[in-house]
Amino acid sequence: MPKLGEVIAANTASFVGQCYALHQPPELGSLVRASDGKVDVYGIVSSAETHSIEEGRRPIARGAVESDEDVFSTHPQLASLLCTDFTAIVVGHRSDNGLCRYLPPRPARIHSFVHACESAESKEFSASPGFLRMLVSDQTPWIDEVISACLRRFSTAQDEPEAYLVSAGKELAVLLGGDFTRLGNIMKRMKGQ
Amino acid sequence: MNVSGQAGRLGAVVSGSLTEGIHVKLDSGVSVEDMAVGRYITISGEKRRFFGMVTDVGLESSDLRLTSYPVDISDPLFARVIQGTGVYGALKVLPLLSLGTDAASIIGGPQPVKTVPSHFSAVRDASQADVEAVFGKESKERFWVGNPLDMETKVCLDLAEFVKRSNGIFGKSGTGKTYLTRILLAGMLQSELAVSLVFDMHSEYGWEGTGEGTIRPKGLKQLFSSRVAVFALDEETARRRKVNPDFLVRIGYEEIEPEDIQILRSVLNLTETAVQSVYQLARRFGRGWLASFLDVQNSEEQRRLAEELNIPESTYRNLRRGVEVLRRLPFLVPNTPEDSVREMLKHLDRGVNVVLEFGRHTDLTSYILVANLLTRRIYSKYRELTERSMAGDGPKPRPLVITIEEAHRFLNPEVSANTIFGAIAREMRKYNVTLLVVDQRPSGIDEEVLSQLGTKVCCLLDNERDVDAVLSGVSGKNELRSVLAKLESKQQSLIFGHAVPVPVVLRTREYGPKFYGELGASKHQGAPDTGNLDDMWK
Repeated sequence: MPKLGEVIAANTASFVGQCYALHQPPELGSLVRASDGKVDVYGIVSSAETHSIEEGRRPIARGAVESDEDVFSTHPQLASLLCTDFTAIVVGHRSDNGLCRYLPPRPARIHSFVHACESAESKEFSASPGFLRMLVSDQTPWIDEVISACLRRFSTAQDEPEAYLVSAGKELAVLLGGDFTRLGNIMKRMKGQ
Repeated sequence: MNVSGQAGRLGAVVSGSLTEGIHVKLDSGVSVEDMAVGRYITISGEKRRFFGMVTDVGLESSDLRLTSYPVDISDPLFARVIQGTGVYGALKVLPLLSLGTDAASIIGGPQPVKTVPSHFSAVRDASQADVEAVFGKESKERFWVGNPLDMETKVCLDLAEFVKRSNGIFGKSGTGKTYLTRILLAGMLQSELAVSLVFDMHSEYGWEGTGEGTIRPKGLKQLFSSRVAVFALDEETARRRKVNPDFLVRIGYEEIEPEDIQILRSVLNLTETAVQSVYQLARRFGRGWLASFLDVQNSEEQRRLAEELNIPESTYRNLRRGVEVLRRLPFLVPNTPEDSVREMLKHLDRGVNVVLEFGRHTDLTSYILVANLLTRRIYSKYRELTERSMAGDGPKPRPLVITIEEAHRFLNPEVSANTIFGAIAREMRKYNVTLLVVDQRPSGIDEEVLSQLGTKVCCLLDNERDVDAVLSGVSGKNELRSVLAKLESKQQSLIFGHAVPVPVVLRTREYGPKFYGELGASKHQGAPDTGNLDDMWK
């Protein structure tokens, strides 16, 4: 499983990973794993950002004189001046006690390697809906989009995608405390409408 | 992720009380449309299991906003999600029995329920084994009357208990009372626990009855030939129906007593004073009062008689007109060569069941008069026999069940205190005589009599007063009311009382060729095969 990048900031509830490849963060809502050799911390990607490596130094638009493809080939230094980061909301961990869908005892270690989880691992992790509680309580403004994207991806890993979406939807209905309008919106996105 | 994976699970107990019933939230995978009132469920509490009946089915929502602003369920996925979370089906369950899990309780059988299951106890459909444990297995004394809704288990009536008390069969016209009565009579006949005397107003029980389809339902005589005797009031109709009656009933004028006229008061449109005058006539003329009264044809003699007895002229005319109606009844004759009652008692004593067919005399006057008159004499005979047996002189008479239709005419509050049927319903249990009351207006029956009925079998009733009357004094009345009102108009009935351990909604057993075969009545008695009986009676 290829390494995506490594952790450059972390707290108990989330971590920030920096991608090795510019402009290639893991997809929104996908499951990633930060491993330090002892504990694997699982996170759901909630945002990604490409920015200058130096704070205060902003990229300048160059498109007026060059075509899109040519910008990075004409200015190869740009790839070294920019980097792509992503944020993941911590939704569980795996330690000697096995797979747990609650917060790890310690945050992910800085410079832990971050891997994208493959289908089998996603299926195993998403088998129980306990992880949804941590997503629903996150304050990210677009968290509903994250939840939809996450469940959409997880459902494809299941044997019965629709039954999975129904049971996840029921869990969400409880977690959202009767906000059926919000639930309806999440579910529409979940189905890709 | 499935929360309702257990087989047969319907939901969980969420609230309720013993008196008001238990509220159950249906699991999301269970459709509320599959539920039905009257269905049996079991609840697995912490220490014991409960057996109960669904008495109401409802819809609930966890958020009031949902009722004000219904969500869009055009998306089937969302509709499935919201089912069981935002909105859910709810059941109201009447706990009926508790089934202990320790050895002593299992041996003791189901017990009356005295508590409720704890919160979130699992609710399941009652299994065949559960229902069988409650209603017992079919045997000589336990007669299969039907099946619970949605189940194939047999519900058996404890006939030994059934014949001990007076019982009632109620239901609107056309709901299957007659079929049910036939089935119960056949059951009693087969069990030999009691003999029956049926006052068959519409000639439906003895020989072929009138069915709703093309096939005519067989009568008791066709099923149990040697153990049933058909007595007829009307020879002509019997012949036309190709029924060969065992005895032709004729009633002598001298057998009519003032009490018979009293019970006919409203039918004959007599005034209260006219009825009182009958007692005066009886004192004046003795047993032959009716013949003597009718003999007074001359108007002068009539006036003198009225004066002598101090009867006002209008009352006399009223009485005369009423009594003339009786004279027109062909089975009433001044002198009878044979004593119908003695003949009837002889049959009953031998264990032969008697069906008295009224033929074309389907008017209430005939029915009430004959039923009351015959029963009164049978009553006194039974009373005498029982008292003798209590004194150690002879055996107790064979238990007798008298079936009467249009029972509210005999048992309404106005006359029930005076009629023999009122007395039987109240106390004749002691003398081994009970009633099987068949009626469509139970509200017309005296409350005191209704409360004495041991087992009530109710087909659909929708009149408030009738429902109230039938359920008065029954525990869980409100719950049963909803069950009763929702019965289908055919082949469904609610049975409650002594002969069943818990109230039960039945899909009544079909009365037809299959039933005849299952009864095995002919083999039982060594009588000719039922298939040939029709030919035999042609």
